[in-house]
Amino acid sequence: MLAEYGPFFIQLGLAIVLAFAFLKGAALLGPSRPNRIKQMPYESGMDPIGTARTRYSVKFYLVAMIFIVFDVEVVFLYPWAASFERFLDAGVGLEVLGVVTIFVIILAVGLVYDIKKGGLEFD
Amino acid sequence: MDLTQSFSSLGADIIVSAPLVLTMVMGLVIVVLDAFRRNHVATPWIAALTLAFGLVMEITRIGAASGTAYYDLLRVGGMAAYVNALIFGSGLLTVILARPYLESIGHHIGEVYALILFASTGMIVLGTANSLITIFVGFETMSICLYILTGLVRTNQGATESALKYFLLGAFATGFLLYGIALMYGATGTMYLHEMQSAVGDHQTMFRSGVGLLLVGFLFKVSAVPFHMWTPDVYQGAPTPLVGYMSTASKSAAFASLILVLYLALPSTQWIGVVAVIALLTMVIGNVIALAQTNVKRMLAYSSIAHAGYILVGLAAGSPEGYSGALFYLLVYTVMNIGAFGVIALLEWDGTQGSEQSLDSLSGIGYKKPLLAWSMVFFMFGLAGFPPLGGFIGKVAVFGPAIHSGLTWLAIVGVLTSAVSAYYYLRVLVVFFMKESNPDVATDNITFSVPGMSAAVIVLCVIMLIVLGIVPTFLDVTASFFDGNMLATLP
Amino acid sequence: MNASTLIPVILLLPLAGALFCGLVGLFVPALRQREGLIGVVGTAMVIVPFLAVLYLFLNFDGGAIVVEFYTWMAAGDLSVAFAYRVDQLSLVMTLVVTGVGGLIHLYSIGYMHGDPGYWRFFAYLNLFIFAMLNLVLGDNLVVLFLGWEGVGLCSYLLIGFWYTDLKNSAAANKAFIMNRVGDFCFLLAMFLLFRELGSLDFDVLLVQGPSLDEGVLYLTVFLLFMGATGKSAQIPLFTWLPDAMAGPTPVSALIHAATMVTSGLYLLARFSPLVLAAEGIMAFIAIIGALTAIMAATIAITQNDIKKVLAYSTVSQLGFMFLATGVGAFFVAIFHVVMHAFFKGCLFLGSGSVIHAMHDVEHQLSQKLEPEGHTGKFDPQDMRTMGGLKKFMPSTRITFLIATLAIAGIPLLSGFFSKDEILFRAFESASTNDYGMLVWIVGMVTAFLTAVYMIRAYVLTFEGEPRWPKADTIQPHESPWTMTLPLWVLAILSIVGGYIGLPGVFAHGDWNLIHHYLGESFGGPLAEVHGEAHVALSTEWILLALGAAIAIAGVALGWYWYSKHGPAFDDRLRSRFGRLYRAAEGKYFVDEAYEKVIVKPLIVGAEKGLAPFDTYVVDGLVNAVAFITRGLSFVLKYIQTGVVQIYAMAIVIGVILVLAMMMFG
Repeated sequence: MLAEYGPFFIQLGLAIVLAFAFLKGAALLGPSRPNRIKQMPYESGMDPIGTARTRYSVKFYLVAMIFIVFDVEVVFLYPWAASFERFLDAGVGLEVLGVVTIFVIILAVGLVYDIKKGGLEFD
Repeated sequence: MDLTQSFSSLGADIIVSAPLVLTMVMGLVIVVLDAFRRNHVATPWIAALTLAFGLVMEITRIGAASGTAYYDLLRVGGMAAYVNALIFGSGLLTVILARPYLESIGHHIGEVYALILFASTGMIVLGTANSLITIFVGFETMSICLYILTGLVRTNQGATESALKYFLLGAFATGFLLYGIALMYGATGTMYLHEMQSAVGDHQTMFRSGVGLLLVGFLFKVSAVPFHMWTPDVYQGAPTPLVGYMSTASKSAAFASLILVLYLALPSTQWIGVVAVIALLTMVIGNVIALAQTNVKRMLAYSSIAHAGYILVGLAAGSPEGYSGALFYLLVYTVMNIGAFGVIALLEWDGTQGSEQSLDSLSGIGYKKPLLAWSMVFFMFGLAGFPPLGGFIGKVAVFGPAIHSGLTWLAIVGVLTSAVSAYYYLRVLVVFFMKESNPDVATDNITFSVPGMSAAVIVLCVIMLIVLGIVPTFLDVTASFFDGNMLATLP
Repeated sequence: MNASTLIPVILLLPLAGALFCGLVGLFVPALRQREGLIGVVGTAMVIVPFLAVLYLFLNFDGGAIVVEFYTWMAAGDLSVAFAYRVDQLSLVMTLVVTGVGGLIHLYSIGYMHGDPGYWRFFAYLNLFIFAMLNLVLGDNLVVLFLGWEGVGLCSYLLIGFWYTDLKNSAAANKAFIMNRVGDFCFLLAMFLLFRELGSLDFDVLLVQGPSLDEGVLYLTVFLLFMGATGKSAQIPLFTWLPDAMAGPTPVSALIHAATMVTSGLYLLARFSPLVLAAEGIMAFIAIIGALTAIMAATIAITQNDIKKVLAYSTVSQLGFMFLATGVGAFFVAIFHVVMHAFFKGCLFLGSGSVIHAMHDVEHQLSQKLEPEGHTGKFDPQDMRTMGGLKKFMPSTRITFLIATLAIAGIPLLSGFFSKDEILFRAFESASTNDYGMLVWIVGMVTAFLTAVYMIRAYVLTFEGEPRWPKADTIQPHESPWTMTLPLWVLAILSIVGGYIGLPGVFAHGDWNLIHHYLGESFGGPLAEVHGEAHVALSTEWILLALGAAIAIAGVALGWYWYSKHGPAFDDRLRSRFGRLYRAAEGKYFVDEAYEKVIVKPLIVGAEKGLAPFDTYVVDGLVNAVAFITRGLSFVLKYIQTGVVQIYAMAIVIGVILVLAMMMFG
């Protein structure tokens, strides 16, 4: 059975070897002239000043999570919308619309709750 | 692909799964209600009524033939109804116990009830799942709700620590579960449990490692050794009545699902060994470490680990007799554990959900609170497995089949560890009744109030425990789920 | 209404009563003093079942009815159900239990008045009725055994009812422990029957039992009989019953005279087909019964405590019943059980009424004597300090006299018919076996002795002049109606009860109703000896006359002796019979012998041999295991560090374990 996966293992091995080869090759072949600026960590073009352990509001996470929830909603809805025509042809368009409506309502309940509890308010 | 008939059975499916649908809808209703009317007084009652409705519905359907709903994704009737009834019953008792408790610790918030309903939804989906997808969905729905319930008391460090640990390890275990599902699907090309055995073909190794990883996920949920380490920390930090809920309902759901997976997916000879070894470890480690505990909740946590071991013995038997014994044990265990945690919840005085009060601080409480203490007598004797209480019959029901399947050594270890367990269970009673009250901790000045509803729940648990012990017809009920071929009802 | 609805009522009401009295007393101290409430509830919970049984009895059509509630336990081949059997035998026993039981409950309302343990008493008494009903109604040996142990427990609780007196507790322990010996034999018999026949249901046992291998059958019947000797106080396990008189008198009447002690007879009667098939054991039973009867009767003559006399009388009468069983006359044994329940119940309740009055005397006496500076020791149960009570307690006296004459076997009273039938059957059986004549002779002698000691008790108590101190000023009183009513009912039953079993001289035995009801040849459950050589009618008449003559002679002589000489006549007997009398007075030193032969060696053996073994080997092992386990526990505890990475590590190890076992296991 393992034989079936032969190409896969070859691929895996090749990937590992190549990764190391490129890293090592760059270090060996490239010239190395370090200075202070070059050794600073890259931080979106900004100077990394102060401690890395700063705290910032948990609201960022809340917003991020809510964003993901609705992002995923879109991911689900897109293929549904794309194939809706076929459901219509099959004569089950109304039912499919109903099902998706339930899905959206459940998410909407979450949104309503979030808004009422002040989840989107920054203070 | 013909889609014309795809909704033809939707109406019927919603009717047969009405308790499930209703639980979810009422959960949403509570969320909306809570958004507009914070901590409305009706919230617990809505939850209680919903769960009670579900309980009654499912009890009436225990006798019905089992079937499936939603394209065979879920099972209904028969064993599924029994498992659901367990979950609803456990939830209902918990809601009644939790309301005054949460008020007393100042965390009576409406979301709790929504979360209990959502967790119940997840458990039902898990416990009645017939497909790997539903297993996963149920598993996660349940787990996430439980993580939040654990960390309910945000202001308490211990509680948040518990919740975080539970979440991290839970996520870790879910990874294995998901990986197992992927492997199983990869090996068989189907998500349906009942189709797997015939679809495995040549991919035995892959399939078996998939089942193994799936097993890991479940064993984590039921806190079997060595996947148990989160349990004491979580039980110690979480609000006590909710611990009762977590330790019973989630176990019922996970074990029910595990039984189905093992029963349907693999011939028993291939997994008996591993389940037996895990059961052995779980019984020994759970019972032995429980001896050294000074905190009642931690002690009960190890006790619940040990009980998972007993149930696993029933599973390891690999026979319908063993499965039905395990299902029966779950019922007994639910009654005993909810009662025991209920009593401990009512005897709390340290303001940290009992995570810091030692057993000795309750010395001599038996004379101050006779009802609670005497109920505790029943629960402790039940957990230790003394006849004629339900715990004894439960142990007979799981150890007997193991002996029939040739696992006599496992049953012997089970009986020996049960004997060990008597030590720490009876110590609770010794402290309650035979020690003078402790002057260092001034429990004398604390009035433990016992709300009538909570007392009623506890007394009900005691009665159930006795009834289960002397009316063993319940065992026939669980045995009837495995009469004939369970697969026959499926397409 | 049919049996399946009535049986739960009959069984559960006494249980409900017990729970009510017990729980109310335990948790609501304020209600403990409400004697009216507790007494009435307790009594009603027995009277109502009695009416239900009566209804069943009147509507019984002859076929046994089995009412099964649910399977209690099923393990392997063993299946035990809570099943109850209504047939002629259980109906008769149930009628006695609930009927006499109801009367005694009623009596207790007055007798126990003012006792701080009033609620406890009724709780135990109701529980006893429940257990006894299980015993006589159960349809398999397990339910029967449940009742058997239940009545033993209640007996223990009630003998030691006044537990603050250590003497009473010791008596309770003695009763309980002696019964254990019998129960052990009974259990062995159960195991044996189950091993051989694979069932414990009466239907199976009674049909297949008689055809067992002879050896097994003999052993089984022997063990059953040994079980019966414990509960029914026969040689060698009889010594607990006289001591059991330490309990309140209604208890003595109900448990230690009318019902519980007859359960051994019930057991043998229930298994009559098996007993009948084991002929050798039957001889053994008959001889043990006869020996017990005469031995207890001789002791009874020498006793001065009124309750002790009645206790030995009970042992003696139980011996009679076993004698009847031993000659194969099971229905006669049951007949005598019922009659005995009437007259001995009446006698005990009468003695209770007397003791009640004498307590009053004691009370007055201590008040009078106190100013004079000394309180005389006064035993309210000692007949030597009674006498002349007839003018103070007319109802008690008349009923006691009736019951005395009944037990003595004076013609036309109940005891005459039942006892005479036993002796007749023994005589009749002599033509087919070797022991019939022997036990008949012993029985006749015992019958004479019975008449003497019973009339002695009556005369010493009620006739003559009062013998207690200051009898001229201190007067006892008759008991209240709740106590005398049961006395009258039982006295009347002692007169008329015997007519349900008229002897064979009338209409060739066609008027023997109880025989027709219980006997196998008439469709009843009790097996009978077949092919008996028939005794001529004239012989029967002679035997009847002989029995009557012996009873009348005993009564007349006893009356003459004791009314003339009073208690002093005992001294004459002592000098006349010397050693024999002293042996009887000392209860043949059975207790002392047991002490020397069994108890002492056991204690010494335990101290010298078992105690060190227990301390060093058994305890040592247990302690070692506990020590190791606890040590392990404290070590393992440290794995639980609280560090989440280690938890995850454990999971990974677990995953490897599971996967390895799944792949290679």
